Amino acid sequence: MTVETKKKTMNLNMGPQHPATHGVLRVELELDGETVVKATPHIGYLHTGIEKTYESKLYYKCIPMTDRMDYLAPMSNNLGFCLAVEKLLDIEVPEKVVYARVCLTELTRVISHLVWVGTHALDIGAMSMLLYAFRERELILDLYEACAGQRMMSTYFRIGGLAYDLPKDFEKRVRDILKKIPEGIKDYERLLNDNMIFRKRTIGVGKISAEEAINCGLTGPNLRGSGVNYDVRKANPYCGYEKFNFDVPLGKNCDVYDRYLIRMEEMKQSLSIAKQALDGMPDGPFRAHVPGVVLPPKEDVLTKMESLIFHFKIITEGFKPPKGVVYNAIESPKGELGFFISSDGTNKPHRVRVRPPSFVNLSALPKMVEGGMLADVIACIGSIDIVLGEVDR
Amino acid sequence: MEEKTKEFLKEKFGDAIISESEFRGQLSLETNRDNLFDLCNSLKSSSELDFNFLIDVCAIDWLGQDEEAKGRFEVFYNLYSLKNKFRLLIRVRLSGNDAEIDSLTSIWQSANWLEREVYDMFGVEFTGHPNLTKIVTPDELKGHPLRKDFSLTYETPQFSHNKNEPPEVI
Repeated sequence: MTVETKKKTMNLNMGPQHPATHGVLRVELELDGETVVKATPHIGYLHTGIEKTYESKLYYKCIPMTDRMDYLAPMSNNLGFCLAVEKLLDIEVPEKVVYARVCLTELTRVISHLVWVGTHALDIGAMSMLLYAFRERELILDLYEACAGQRMMSTYFRIGGLAYDLPKDFEKRVRDILKKIPEGIKDYERLLNDNMIFRKRTIGVGKISAEEAINCGLTGPNLRGSGVNYDVRKANPYCGYEKFNFDVPLGKNCDVYDRYLIRMEEMKQSLSIAKQALDGMPDGPFRAHVPGVVLPPKEDVLTKMESLIFHFKIITEGFKPPKGVVYNAIESPKGELGFFISSDGTNKPHRVRVRPPSFVNLSALPKMVEGGMLADVIACIGSIDIVLGEVDR
Repeated sequence: MEEKTKEFLKEKFGDAIISESEFRGQLSLETNRDNLFDLCNSLKSSSELDFNFLIDVCAIDWLGQDEEAKGRFEVFYNLYSLKNKFRLLIRVRLSGNDAEIDSLTSIWQSANWLEREVYDMFGVEFTGHPNLTKIVTPDELKGHPLRKDFSLTYETPQFSHNKNEPPEVI
């Protein structure tokens, strides 16, 4: 008697409500026992048409929507959009704004990586990391609140400057952060670096070679984990990054553990940049003086006729940039975040395209997980550091 | 680097470069769709230029703005060279009735999802793409949301009044 051989593989849906997918991501897995034969990510559950909505908004009204894409790093998104519009308008911002922006975006990188290290360790089984990471994150969120009045969706950077002046105790608060967070990072490293379980779950897992990583378009810590030296801050400096000294950490083994080490090192580098920015921050206005584009100072609006007219016109009509297409890339915590803006000479953008780092990084997931174990899929998704708000937009 | 890129392309694809423009320090070259694949392939394989990164693929719908003369859709390819730290935009105009272009998936894998997104949002077909399906919008959605004629505010309510599934009468 012959037994008919059945199909050996099994299909399994991971997500979209799986806690370790960091949002609503569904990965369709084809399994042979516990080995992943094929993985197909399905996205789009959080698609809200942000790119379409931009087309019906005045330029300055687009900024609050950028926060909602990568909600773990709001200020990086603000910076990307503001720099792109400033490039389109060809305006320069005061020195103080440059330093304040650098200081705050580097702290944003720290909170994004803190959430990452907390949730990634949680996925792998180190529960207490999340609590420690969120403890330190709170300090920076308090700084956000002092600056912008909001803890998460800050919308603090505006076209041509900042929304408000820096708070009076800004320096004291940042110094406090710069003192406390390195102690926290030391604790995390003591908890994780030599942790037997953590090392077994991450070393040699989710490998992707340098050539493959470039071919798949990976950017950010994922690309640098494979040893490719590409950091937009160094390669094509924007927002005055050429004035700061920092190292770009690179990995060797192309695995999840190296991506972890790189993010830990990046946090230290970010704190060092934030310190340099704080030390070098000059005094001055917090907005550029560009009549008709940037809001005039509040005192002038109350006392001068022209300022009041400009204020009114900017709020109601916006401004009209010249016709053209610009692309501006920044190094967000996830990778290269690009804003591609096409202007047709009216007061609303004709098209805004966001080059989302998470979206492109996620497309390389099958490369990392195929041939590995089912449990390693979780480690790989965590190590890519996706935010579904940005993937789907 | 700009001069080198221009020279290289003029030498190899003299007629294929329709126009070149520079705006805010960013060089962009316009080509036609027949030459796109070969042009990108040679840009990547050239050891001097070495455009090994396809950063982004996106499109613009120029409906209502001389779309008849030049073509309705404009597809942008954002290439980057890690070696030279140089970025190049390549643009291709496509007509509205026949929006079809060669897929670059066989040159850069990153084109896979990026082209799917352009297909989903604009309905531009990429020939030779291994899996050209919708990526972010739901399967039920008809039309391509980022086209300018896709209605943003008005949506036809779809009531079937349970014609196909009449309620059970107890």
